[in-house]
Amino acid sequence: MGLIQIGRHEKDGQSDVIVTTLERAVNWARKGSLWPMTFGLACCAIEMIAAVSSRYDMDRYGAGVFRASPRQSDLMIVAGTVCRRMAPVIRKIYDQMPEPKYVIAMGSCATSGNIYDSYSVVQGVDRFVPVDIYVPGCPPTPEALFDGILKLQERIMQKRVFTKQPDQVKLKA
Amino acid sequence: MHSLAEKIQQEFPNGFVKAVEWRGDIAVIVKREFLHDIAKYVHDDPDMDCDYMVHVSSVDWPDDEERFEVVYEVYSIRKRHRIRLKTRVPESDCIVDSLTDLWKGADFMEREVYDMMGIRFRHHPDLRRILMPDDYTEGYPLRKDFPVQGKGWRDTFEFLSEAQ
Amino acid sequence: MKDTTIKQVLDDQRTTIYKVDPEHPESESLPTLRTEELLLNMGPQHPSTHGVLKVVLELEGERLVKSTPVMGFLHRGVEKLAEDGTYHQFIPHTDRLDYVCAMYNNFAYCRAVEKLMNITVPDRAEYLRTIVAEVQRIIGHQFWLGTQALDIGAMTVFFYTFRDREILLDWFDELCGARLTTSWYRIGGVERDLTQALIQKLRQFLAYFPPKIDEYVVFLEKNRIWVARTKGVAVISAEDALSFGLSGPTLRGSGVDYDLRKYEPYSAYPKCEFSVPVGKNGDTYDRYWIRVQEMYESVKIIQQCLDQMQEGPVMADVPSVTLPPKERVFTNLESMIQQFKLFSQGFDAPPGEIYCGTEAHKGELGFYIVSTGGGKPYRLKIRAPSFIHMGAFDYMSRGYMIADAVTIFGTYDIVMGECDR
Repeated sequence: MGLIQIGRHEKDGQSDVIVTTLERAVNWARKGSLWPMTFGLACCAIEMIAAVSSRYDMDRYGAGVFRASPRQSDLMIVAGTVCRRMAPVIRKIYDQMPEPKYVIAMGSCATSGNIYDSYSVVQGVDRFVPVDIYVPGCPPTPEALFDGILKLQERIMQKRVFTKQPDQVKLKA
Repeated sequence: MHSLAEKIQQEFPNGFVKAVEWRGDIAVIVKREFLHDIAKYVHDDPDMDCDYMVHVSSVDWPDDEERFEVVYEVYSIRKRHRIRLKTRVPESDCIVDSLTDLWKGADFMEREVYDMMGIRFRHHPDLRRILMPDDYTEGYPLRKDFPVQGKGWRDTFEFLSEAQ
Repeated sequence: MKDTTIKQVLDDQRTTIYKVDPEHPESESLPTLRTEELLLNMGPQHPSTHGVLKVVLELEGERLVKSTPVMGFLHRGVEKLAEDGTYHQFIPHTDRLDYVCAMYNNFAYCRAVEKLMNITVPDRAEYLRTIVAEVQRIIGHQFWLGTQALDIGAMTVFFYTFRDREILLDWFDELCGARLTTSWYRIGGVERDLTQALIQKLRQFLAYFPPKIDEYVVFLEKNRIWVARTKGVAVISAEDALSFGLSGPTLRGSGVDYDLRKYEPYSAYPKCEFSVPVGKNGDTYDRYWIRVQEMYESVKIIQQCLDQMQEGPVMADVPSVTLPPKERVFTNLESMIQQFKLFSQGFDAPPGEIYCGTEAHKGELGFYIVSTGGGKPYRLKIRAPSFIHMGAFDYMSRGYMIADAVTIFGTYDIVMGECDR
C-alpha cells in the first residue's frame, strides 16, 4: 500500500501510477525508434526496400534506420523463405540481438513455408525463432508491412518494463 | 539427319549412338567414353565452333539399366546453331569426364549436377556440393526415389531453444 | 632455445618471402617480408540487397586473391516441386525465381511450354506479352541502377529510380492485381487484355520517362567517383565471357552482341526496330552504360508495339491446353470443369524434350523440359543466368580490392532467387 512502491501491490497485482507512467514513457520511446535489421532473404525483401523508399516512407514511424549489425538493432523482419542452409544463421543472428527484441515474420514463406512444401524449406520461421507479428501476403504490400509494424507498436505499449510480464508472474494463491 | 549430327557420326562412328531432332532441337546421344572427344571436336572444329555452354543437366530414369542421363547443351555464337550432347551412365559407376577444360562455365553447372543427382565428374577442379550444405548426408535430392518433402529434416531442429 | 621454437612455430604459420639483394649477398637468408593470408567471410547476411550470398574472400592486404562463393541459402527445391505439379501450376513458381522482374520468368516458361506443345500464340497476345516484358525490363534495370548506386555510395539515385518504379508497380497492380510477383502470363497467351485506361497511362509514362533516365544519368555519367569506381573494374574478355556462359549485359559489355531477341527472334520483337547496345572494354562502366541504353530501347519497343497492336483474342484457342476465360469459369459449368481438369490433372504433353531460351533482363533464362507424356513434367531444369554468372565471380574478382567485390555483385546483377532456385 502506498503511493510510491516499485513492484506490484499485494491485493490486485496492479502497479502504481509512477511505475505505469514511467513504463508508458519507456514503451513510447521503444516503439517510436524500432531499428530493424536488414534481413531480406527473398522477394519480400524487395517490398521491404520499397517500404523504405520515398513513397512509403518507413522513417516516419521511426523504423527507417536499417542497421546491418544485429548488435545495434531491435527488430528482425524475416522477409523471405527460410531455407535449410539459412536456418542456423537466422538463429545465430537472433541470439546476437540484445533485449528487448522483436521479430516480424513478413510474408507467407516466413509464416508457414508458402507453396514450397519441399525438402529444404522450413515451414515457417516460428519453428525456431519466437515471432511477435505475422504479416501475410505473397509478397505483402508495403501498406501491409506498416500494418504489422503498427500492431507491433501497440503490443510494445502493452508490455511491462519494470515488473514481470503477466504470463511470467505466479500469483500467490 | 541434321548436318551437325551427320558430321559427328562421320568423325566418331564408334561413339555415336543416335540423333534425335524434335521441335527444332538436335540432340545427339553418345557413349560416355567418347564424350570428351566429341565435345572437344564440337568446341574446336571450325564448322561446329560451339564456344558457349548453355547448360548442363541430368535426368533420372530409374527403370533403365543406365539410370542417369547427363545432358550438355552448347551453342555457337558465330554460326548460330545449337546442339545437345547426351550420355548415359549406370548407377553403379556414375562417373563422367568433366568438360571444364573446354568450357569454364561447366564448373558450377557440373557441381550442381553432382549435388542434385550424384553423378561425379572426373578431373573436375573442385567437386563438392553447391546448393545443399557441404555435409548433407541424406542423399541426392533430384533423384526419383528422394521424397519431395525430404527425409524428415524439417521437423527436427537442434537449435530449438526454450524461448516462448 | 625458447625463442627459436616460437620463431619456428610462427614461421610455419606465415609465408615468408625472401628477397635477395644482388649488391649484398649476405642478405640471402634474411627474410624481408612476412605476409599472412586473411580469410574474410562476407556472410549471408550483409547490407547489400542482392540477397543471401556468402563469399569467402582470401585477402592479401586489401587485394582479393581468391573468392569462393557459397550459395544455397535460398535453395527452395523448385525443380523438384515442378515434377510434383502440372505445367499450369508451375507458373507462380517461376515468378519467384528472379523476383525483381517477375513476369519475364513467366514469359520464358510459357514460351518453353508452348514450344513443347506446339501452340501458336495469337498476335495481340504476342504484342501484349512484349509490351509487358519490356516494362518489366525497365523495372528490373531501375532496381539494378538504384541498388548498384546505393552499394557504391550514390544514395540519391536510389530514391529517384524507386520513385519512378512505383509508377510502374501501380500500373501492374491495376493490370493483374499484384505489384511484384505477378502471374499474368498463361500458357497460350495472357490472362486478360489491357484496358483503355491502362494503355493511356502507359503512353503517359512513355512520354514522362526518357527525361527521367537523363536525370539518373546526370548523377553518374561524369561523376569522378563513379567513373573511378567503375572504369577498369571487373574486366572480362570476350573469350572468357563466352567460355563461362555469361549472357545478357554482362556478356555484351565485353563486345559480343549476343541477344536472343535478335539471334533467335521471338514474340513481337521481329516486328519492332530496336538496337542492342554493346560495350567495348568489358568493365563495370560499360555494363552500366548498356543497361541505361537498354532502358531507352525498351521505351522505343513499347511505343512501337502500342502503335502496331490490333484487336484480337488474347489466348490461343486450344481448349485441351489453354485455360478458359475467368468470366466463363464462374458462370458456365463446362468451363469450370475444364479449368478444374487442367489444373488438377494437366494437359497431355507429348513425350520429348525441348530447350527454350529467352532474353531476360539478366541474361539468357532457359527452361529445359523433359516430358514423358501426361500432365506433369518429368524433369524441368532452369538455366538461370545468375547461377552461371556466379561461376565467373572468382575469375573476375582476382586482383581487385574488397570494396570492388560489392561492385562486382552489382554489375553481375545477381538475384539469389534465381541463383539458388
